[in-house]
Amino acid sequence: MRRVAITGMGAISPFGRGVAELVSGLAENRSAVKYLDRLADYEGLRTRVAALVPGVEDRDIARSKRRSMSRQSIFAVLAAREALGQAALPESQFAGGRYGVAVGTTISSLDTCENFFADHLLDKSFLRMKTSLFFKTMNHSAATNVAQYFGLNGRLLAPAAACATGCQAVGYAYEMIVSGAQDAMVCGGTEEFHPLSAATFNLMNAASFRYNEKPEQASRPFDSKRDGVVCGEGAGILVLEEFDTAVKRGAKILAEIIGFATLTETGSIAEPSSGAMQQCMLEALAQAGVKPEDIDYVNAHATATEKGDIAEAQALAGIFADKVPVSSFKGHLGHTLAASGGLETIATLKMMQRGELWPTRNLDEVDPQCVGPDIFSGIRRGDFKLALKNNFALGGVNCCLIVKSAANF
Amino acid sequence: MTDGEIISLVNDSLIEEFELEDSVMVPEAEIFTDLGLDSLDIVDMVVVLEGALKIKIRDDAGLREIRTLGDIHRFVIAKRGAAAAE
Repeated sequence: MRRVAITGMGAISPFGRGVAELVSGLAENRSAVKYLDRLADYEGLRTRVAALVPGVEDRDIARSKRRSMSRQSIFAVLAAREALGQAALPESQFAGGRYGVAVGTTISSLDTCENFFADHLLDKSFLRMKTSLFFKTMNHSAATNVAQYFGLNGRLLAPAAACATGCQAVGYAYEMIVSGAQDAMVCGGTEEFHPLSAATFNLMNAASFRYNEKPEQASRPFDSKRDGVVCGEGAGILVLEEFDTAVKRGAKILAEIIGFATLTETGSIAEPSSGAMQQCMLEALAQAGVKPEDIDYVNAHATATEKGDIAEAQALAGIFADKVPVSSFKGHLGHTLAASGGLETIATLKMMQRGELWPTRNLDEVDPQCVGPDIFSGIRRGDFKLALKNNFALGGVNCCLIVKSAANF
Repeated sequence: MTDGEIISLVNDSLIEEFELEDSVMVPEAEIFTDLGLDSLDIVDMVVVLEGALKIKIRDDAGLREIRTLGDIHRFVIAKRGAAAAE
């Protein structure tokens, strides 16, 4: 079977531009969550906190390319540029049909839609509509903007699975290479914050609001005093490549993806299911050909919702008991939704490279209903070979990746 | 509005919309080569000019004859004049 290497990583995160900023924010246990004045303008929205990307300069993207990009496409292109720069794939192959793109978003660019309809609904006129509207809002906008910008002319996938989008995009890209359909893929997820995302969680009583005055404490995965999701934004992009080809061309192998599973929980479109999560994790383990005891770390989805964290903790306990360290980065980054799979996978790999594990931020006391797995405090140090990355989404989509650290081939 | 004011308004609108440098805004500038616009930009240019100058030009066959910035100026001035005469 063809193996799949990770040879590039790029990040636009609430900590700033680049993987280095993401890593320093997490390693220093900082919070990227801020109070957002403008959220007070919305009736019915209790949350006032979010984790936004600090000013990203996009003028180095030519206008002729940028005109079709919403903010989430710009995030994706900038993150892809970093990832491709690291991977140093031969540009002579970009248009050879063997390098593809799999980049997804939770939803179309809501900023773009809002701006258009705010004007359009004044008189229902289409006379002021510009051509960029469609290219910024079509469902595959971020994916094709990445492909167009870099001239990658292979397969184009634009998976959409809400909070599991990034993880699923990486998984589908992995399968593209395993199957032989593609030799390299630029993959991950991207997300631009819009108050509608926060309002959606707010509506389901799953958005944090009790920590509005202490935003750095607002996102509290697994903690007994958690009160919901803090929405964020960003992009996490990986370059995947057929392993032997990457080795032959002398690429630096950052890690290997060895397993992937995505399953759909059909009992409810919104309720997290411990059993369905467990089934997905076990399927990923089976795909990778490893046992639960082989896993050295789990990067949890854990968004700090009441039900989701409990379901995931119970699922983890059922598979790993208390034998495998577990943490979530949502306490630092908030929930970057479609970007979370890519960003958190990147961070997981960087931790493993450094031989340390970063704990869950704002975890003062593990919720008694989350007790079971080893949800640790304080930095752990050691040799970590295999990690499981979870992402679970509204809509019932569960998604798990298994990655192997580069030091352990 | 004088012809000079119309030209200024056209130029300012195009500079803002297409992030153009002042230095390229000369009448003989070719819109595709010197201004770097393409067919999608031309569609948007029509929207911008209609909005800025309160004219309707999108169905005007004369649009197809435009090659330079000076052509745009002359076309728009003529349309404004025709609209004023109606």
